[in-house]
Amino acid sequence: MSKRVVITGLGVLSPVGNDLPTFWNNLINGKSGVGPVTQFDASDYPTRIAAEVKDFDPHKYLDRREARRMDRFVQFAVSASKDALKHAGLEMDREDPDRVGVYIGSGIGGLKTWEDEHKKLLEKGPRRVSPFFIPMMIANMAAGQVSITTGAKGPSSAAISACATGTHSIGDAAKIIQRGDADVMIAGGTEATITPMAFAGFCANQAMSRRNDEPEKASRPFDRERDGFVMGEGAGILILESLEHARARGAEIIAEVAGYGMSGDAHHLTAPAPEGEGAARAMKRALNDAGLNSEDVGYINAHGTSTDFNDKFETMAIKTVFGDHAYKLAVSSTKSMTGHLLGAAGGVEAIATALALKEGILPPTINYEHPDPDCDLDYVPNEARRVKVSAALSNSLGFGGHNATIALKAFDGTE
Amino acid sequence: MADTMERVQRIIVDRLGVDSSEVTKEASIKDDLGADSLDVMDMILELEDEFSMEISDEEAEKINTVGDIVNYIESRS
Repeated sequence: MSKRVVITGLGVLSPVGNDLPTFWNNLINGKSGVGPVTQFDASDYPTRIAAEVKDFDPHKYLDRREARRMDRFVQFAVSASKDALKHAGLEMDREDPDRVGVYIGSGIGGLKTWEDEHKKLLEKGPRRVSPFFIPMMIANMAAGQVSITTGAKGPSSAAISACATGTHSIGDAAKIIQRGDADVMIAGGTEATITPMAFAGFCANQAMSRRNDEPEKASRPFDRERDGFVMGEGAGILILESLEHARARGAEIIAEVAGYGMSGDAHHLTAPAPEGEGAARAMKRALNDAGLNSEDVGYINAHGTSTDFNDKFETMAIKTVFGDHAYKLAVSSTKSMTGHLLGAAGGVEAIATALALKEGILPPTINYEHPDPDCDLDYVPNEARRVKVSAALSNSLGFGGHNATIALKAFDGTE
Repeated sequence: MADTMERVQRIIVDRLGVDSSEVTKEASIKDDLGADSLDVMDMILELEDEFSMEISDEEAEKINTVGDIVNYIESRS
């Protein structure tokens, strides 16, 4: 029989907080993490704002040699993983390392390293490119370094599916536990691409908000005046465990990973499929996998990027899946506060969803001021809502038409 | 300008995160200071910049201790 999978630890580095309590408090108080770009001179770019991680000190988690050998996206992942293990009270020296795995992806990987080393190549020639270039840049190295630094020797892999990366990682990791290939998985997503090339590329896509004069109001999912996403960075890492393993060590259970669904659009490089039909299929599969009826779902943490197309089509997808119930459940986009963490989004948003179930508080969609006739659901506008919900979805939809949904259930311990 | 040993020491401390007292002329870069082959290649690039010289792969392979680096640099300057 397949195993039940529960969440027992959370670790987060985000634009609204570098630890779990700060992150959650800021989310339920509607604080924006968006401001002017400080990591490079963005004055020539049409978009000059981002949701940066502030005051991150890798040396709190890593010695100097370790930190030097990691791109920022890997430093984020290792730091958040250590926090998550601590939060779970999971001590590696008391575990069978072969039964603890890692599944952490990044949408893009070490772009800053890539840019720095490419500059060296052009200016100084091939001999000057660092031997650390490849091992720092490749997008699987977050998972690799988390395995190295924690000693986890079980299944170790990485999803790379643009903005769906974090959710694919968590869903795939849960399946690894469900089929019995590991007892514990360190899973989630990480990203650090507030860099000149990433900005140039996303500006060329015309995907990012240009509301440079009002950074905190720039990410406004589902609002009629939305004009694109705001790039964020960070990492969201979860400790997933089989229920029996969590119970055997007396771990506190935060929520249950009840189902996982994914689909492909077969449509376009960047645009979602018409009416969000791909997203709808991912949500349906997650519900089926979890054995949930649509009426059981009280909350959806939406992909909600604040782009015209995403928010409109995701709304249609929710209506396709839930029918009349779409108007009764609550939908919010925490990207209104965190910005869009790309490959880390699914990790950070799974954490927000798990805490919403555990605490009975739904984080709001901030900057919701102008209703859009195309987006006519209950988006928990501007104020967090205290309501007990028993099941929730978290959606992630990526360039390439990758759609992923996880279904989480509140865990009351009586079952 | 600091002498060669001090400049080499500074680079090794920075790259490997070791204490400067450990970086003696006799110390083996891999065995005593914990460097792997990637660290060594990376340090060679840094040394080339610091001392404005090129260290061939053949010469780099002969380097074992901190003293080997200092002697090589001093023999070339």
